Amino acid sequence: MSEHVDGNSLAGPLSELFAVDLTTASARCLGCGDVSELARAMVYPDPAGHVVRCSQCDDVLMVVVQEPDSVCIELRGMTWLKVPR
Amino acid sequence: MSTLSERETRDAVPHRVGLWHAGVVVSTKTESPTGRSIVLDVPGWGGNIAGQHADLRLTAADGYQAVRSYSIASVSDGDRVELAVDRLPTGEVSPYLVDELRPGDQLELRGPLGGWFVWTPSLPGAVQLIGGGSGIVPLMAMIRSRTASGSDAPFRLLYSVRSPDDAFFRSELDTPTPGLDVTWLYTRVTPEGWGRSPGRITVDDLAESAFPASLSPAVFVCGPTGFVETVARALVALGHDPHKVKTERFGGA
Repeated sequence: MSEHVDGNSLAGPLSELFAVDLTTASARCLGCGDVSELARAMVYPDPAGHVVRCSQCDDVLMVVVQEPDSVCIELRGMTWLKVPR
Repeated sequence: MSTLSERETRDAVPHRVGLWHAGVVVSTKTESPTGRSIVLDVPGWGGNIAGQHADLRLTAADGYQAVRSYSIASVSDGDRVELAVDRLPTGEVSPYLVDELRPGDQLELRGPLGGWFVWTPSLPGAVQLIGGGSGIVPLMAMIRSRTASGSDAPFRLLYSVRSPDDAFFRSELDTPTPGLDVTWLYTRVTPEGWGRSPGRITVDDLAESAFPASLSPAVFVCGPTGFVETVARALVALGHDPHKVKTERFGGA
């Protein structure tokens, strides 16, 4: 298990799915209410994907799972995601 | 209903990022005993701003693929991309990039990526850059962007390296540039007669050499995770607004 990195590292994997750069989007943590850009989140890389945690309370914001024919994004830990345009 | 045609339709949607581009190595340059910079020509790349990164994909003969992220040292609106890579002893990809890659070799790149850890000449105010090891790479792009644009934004760089030999971009950073102030920090070996004992960056180093919080500089910190978190905590302790401090972690190194 490698050391954690941060939300900047999600730019590539998420670019497979979204036309906008979601690392500049702000997420509200369901656990503690903190609002931060996704780039500021803590990211724990894993061969199966990424676990994304709140930089303030460490609750899971999001899980990105790489599957052979799809990518599954679990968003259980955020109330909303605000995307700049 | 044909799944194939759905996929074909989806793939036809223009999408600037997310696609893999074939890049060709133009040149390489040794930067340190463990690192080198690599210039690639990537048709269709279309340029990048300072601080962005690229994902690089290598495919082995048996089809096994490895993807890694590398910061971009260059700034351009064209198809040239300069990366700089440090060899991680246990790495799967970086030893190949540092020791094996030759001009003419092909790599796949995705990007430019990341719109948060970036600086553009239109941003006003002082800029404090703090890099550890190969964390200098995106900061070098910011310095080059400042120079190329003729910006007079005051810049300071604190660059922490193991020893004088480990510095990337040494000659470029040693060239005096008006408005750019460079402070070197050595963690293991210093030049002869150096005033500071070798050691990791401390809050005192930041208090002494970085722009003070009262100037509200935009701060960019990049390096190994431990380095970045130590520096970010120290900056907040010195009164910097956490919202003005942007960080990029490379993981263990």
